[in-house]
Amino acid sequence: MNINIILAIIIGFLFGFILQKIGASNPQKIIEMLRLKDFYLMKAILFAIGLSNLLLFTLLLFGAVDVSHLSIKSSYIGVIVGGGIMGLGWAISGFCPGTGLVALGEGRKDALSFILGGMVGALLLTLVYGKIKDTVLFSDLGGKMTLAVTNVSGSPALFPGIPGIVVAGGIGILFIVIAFILPNKV
Amino acid sequence: MINFIKRKKWNWLKSGIALGVIFIIAVVFVKPIGVSTQFVIFDGVVWNTFEELVIEDAGAKSGYSSFNEYINKGGGKYAENIANPINYSFIFTFAMILGGFTASKLKGKREKEDEHSLPKVWKDRFGKSKKKRYLASFLGGILVLFGARLAGGCTSGHMMSGMMQTSVSGYLFTLGTFVVAIPTAIILYRGGRR
Repeated sequence: MNINIILAIIIGFLFGFILQKIGASNPQKIIEMLRLKDFYLMKAILFAIGLSNLLLFTLLLFGAVDVSHLSIKSSYIGVIVGGGIMGLGWAISGFCPGTGLVALGEGRKDALSFILGGMVGALLLTLVYGKIKDTVLFSDLGGKMTLAVTNVSGSPALFPGIPGIVVAGGIGILFIVIAFILPNKV
Repeated sequence: MINFIKRKKWNWLKSGIALGVIFIIAVVFVKPIGVSTQFVIFDGVVWNTFEELVIEDAGAKSGYSSFNEYINKGGGKYAENIANPINYSFIFTFAMILGGFTASKLKGKREKEDEHSLPKVWKDRFGKSKKKRYLASFLGGILVLFGARLAGGCTSGHMMSGMMQTSVSGYLFTLGTFVVAIPTAIILYRGGRR
């Protein structure tokens, strides 16, 4: 078997395992977070982003992670609009694509209907893409820009004069501080 | 260690560390985690059994092309993955399902069946009808995947992996998501018994 397939099985398994363990695949937890009633998951997510900022840019600094492994996505109007549409469905169902799959693994029937709906939604976008690709939805909003310097070719940084670890580290620490300050429940 | 893994729930800090570390492991060994694209690949694999959606094309960057503009975009990289579904990202999503299954089996006591398809917050607001919940989940699924593919990523790819790399797109996506999701959840679930 190809080494990439083995890695997919190991890392995918761990990711699914962790999402289940932290409660992210439980729609009750997601909806209570979105209702601003229970910040347990919000604190975990903020901490995870902060920690990953610090770790990733430290590894980049020491050349311990291959820059070609990074993947910066483009910014365009549809990123915000699509985010909003996803947010609507997320609030209604309590699932996002990844956590829906994990919940399916748990045997949840509402996750099964979510996944089936997801297949329809992905198909709809596939079918209408040709009609909407030249509309304002795909108007550029700065391309593949990052805040911190990554040295990924074609990805300019918003703060090019400051070392990446300083910008990303600062953001990371800020996220971690917010994670600690937020109360668990309101 | 075994007890830690078996424990029903981790506190927020341990949860945050585990979540942050798995995103780092993914980018160190392969690439940032992303999920929503694989719904397109799955649809494509099914579609391709009914009609020749993707074809080998020496002129395309990936070696594959499609008559569908979405499947064909970016040099046909989706077309390539549909033609060869045994690839990293596609297998990754199936491994996630297995991970979720395994973690739920390790739980000390099984959750009640009722609770398992009807979240409490839903039941308090919309009653005990499972059909209603399944319909809402289905509709939610349509919106989530349509939106995520329009945006070019979901909670994993844009929010977590994106913000990990300090991508501007990750911040824009997260803004769009929460600006809609928070008021929707507050209004939709208001008035339920607590």
